[in-house]
Amino acid sequence: MIKQNDTIKNKTIILPGEVYTLLHYLTMVALSFVLFGIILFIIGKDPIQSYRDIFSSTLGSAYGLSEVIVSMTPILLTGLAVALPSRIMLINVGAEGQLYIGAAFATWGALTFQNLPAWMLIPIMIVLGMLGGALWALLPAYLKSIGLVNETITSLLLNSVAPKIIGFLVFGFWHSAMETNKTPRFVEAARLPTFLGTRISWGIVIGLVLLTAFWLLMQYSRWGLEMKAIGGNPQAALRNGIPLKTYILVVFCAGGAIAGLAGMVQASGYYGLLLTNFSIGWGFMGFLISWLVGGDPLGIIIMSFLVSLIFSGGNLLQITSGVPYSIINILLALTLFVVLAQPTLSRGKRT
Amino acid sequence: MNLLSLLGILSSAIYSGTSLLYTALGEVIHERAGMVNLGLEGVLLVSAASGFAITVQSGNPYLGVLVSVIAGALLNMVFGYLTVIRKANQLASGLAIMFFGFGLSALIGNPYVGKSIHALPRFELPGLAHLPTLTASLFRFDLLIFLVIPTAVIVWFLLFRTRWGLGLRAVGENANIAYASGRNPLLIQFQALLVGGMLAGLGAAHIAIAYAMNWTEYMTGGRGFIAVALVIFSRWHPIRAIVGALLFSASVAVQLVLQNSGINISPFLLDCFPYIITLLVLIAWGGTKKQQAPASLGRVFQGTK
Repeated sequence: MIKQNDTIKNKTIILPGEVYTLLHYLTMVALSFVLFGIILFIIGKDPIQSYRDIFSSTLGSAYGLSEVIVSMTPILLTGLAVALPSRIMLINVGAEGQLYIGAAFATWGALTFQNLPAWMLIPIMIVLGMLGGALWALLPAYLKSIGLVNETITSLLLNSVAPKIIGFLVFGFWHSAMETNKTPRFVEAARLPTFLGTRISWGIVIGLVLLTAFWLLMQYSRWGLEMKAIGGNPQAALRNGIPLKTYILVVFCAGGAIAGLAGMVQASGYYGLLLTNFSIGWGFMGFLISWLVGGDPLGIIIMSFLVSLIFSGGNLLQITSGVPYSIINILLALTLFVVLAQPTLSRGKRT
Repeated sequence: MNLLSLLGILSSAIYSGTSLLYTALGEVIHERAGMVNLGLEGVLLVSAASGFAITVQSGNPYLGVLVSVIAGALLNMVFGYLTVIRKANQLASGLAIMFFGFGLSALIGNPYVGKSIHALPRFELPGLAHLPTLTASLFRFDLLIFLVIPTAVIVWFLLFRTRWGLGLRAVGENANIAYASGRNPLLIQFQALLVGGMLAGLGAAHIAIAYAMNWTEYMTGGRGFIAVALVIFSRWHPIRAIVGALLFSASVAVQLVLQNSGINISPFLLDCFPYIITLLVLIAWGGTKKQQAPASLGRVFQGTK
């Protein structure tokens, strides 16, 4: 029904393109909220009260808003980790694994150089985290650059290996005296500083700076221009003297490095330690976010905020309504479904 | 290390490998038709939760298996709607299905946490009557285990020895040419998803109703992704998938053997082993023309305008 109305609106009312796109998105999000409301109603919860709770708890208070930004931090970074390689038509499904390895490298730094002051230790951990993520992306990038195996398959496979390596390191060497699935708490110098009284760490600032840098790179630099050329037609770019293999290696590994940084930010800024299986699908979420907005930097910020809003609301739903936390995934997935089902946005032609 | 414990290990490998093989066979069919379904994890969870719920409610495990199969097929139809009808990106749609499955299975399964069921009945392997009771008891399998190898053979037959399979593989190689030669790629992809979803449903049923015999959130523990890796390992071939399933489930068994003989290797490293083999397989056969991935895997058929 709503879809029909939509197409009618498209034909009869003439709106400026951007306003129309915004309305379009809002309609779709509203539709998914209605669908989830129906599910809440079926399981005997009051949908209106639940939504009121979700919004008042997240957008209605400074604390709630700060928690949304806390959970937005990792997916902002993994979204960028996918968006960057996507500009030269590389599909990075491996952000999840790169995030794990980045966190492991950063943790090694935190445990080894405990005695350094924060101004030295934090940069070391950032570099190590990025190095770990980049290394985990190196094999898929190399195999792609020599034309042997598709990067999608290899990066996906490596996702399953990375958490096992974390398990090996934590259980085998790094675990604390009390719990075998966690490292001891990092020293204060190894923690990313947080903003006054909240749990928001500098990770969000790093993420926003990197997104801006990404936008500037694509917009104004020679590299951005060459990446656009590769994205348009790799063979033509190669014939014009653009070093295609180098670009594949560097850009894919840079994506991995950013995902690794996300892992470092979570270990250092959020948990303050490394625990096994700590990621709740942040890498995959980053893939979805980046794909839904076509790798657009501003879109990544908006979409990751929206996703985090939904997730933070889910936390509350569990506390007040006693439903399992993970059912908030349904609301998230419904939002994704209605966006995915839009042929105009997924750039496909209708039959 | 005696014979009995070796047999016990083999038996447990068979138990944990069965669900993997069913799921992988389903994914072989999708991928041969050109569709990568990363949502398998979600499909498995929803099938397992609904099958388990029905088994608790009705007391009949076979009814539970049936419901699992239907649930798997239905969720794959959602994937089909997004990717085949609405032409959405397959990887993104699959991940969306995965998150949907996380949520929906938690919702369905929540009232049944901690409930016990009548599991699928187990039968003795015929011809083992003369063995000692203890040994024979290791080889009491349920119906789904007995059917898994025949299912693999049937999938092989369907894909490589029937006109339907020929059409399906043609769609996976090049949907436009298949369309030009008079086949309907959309219909074929939907059929592939239907059969694949049913097979994943069987796998999920085996996890919940025969193997674990309970429901916990995220109980499939990444089996959906293991199945995708297994399909790559077997180079998109149902018979080789049998070997793959044994390899992936045997790493658990090997751990036990090594522990018994006093060799201390971290179980986490052993878990990595099948993936490393899969990577080596990819590299070894990469670039050769012999049994590559279906040519238009992951590409969305845009239709002819």
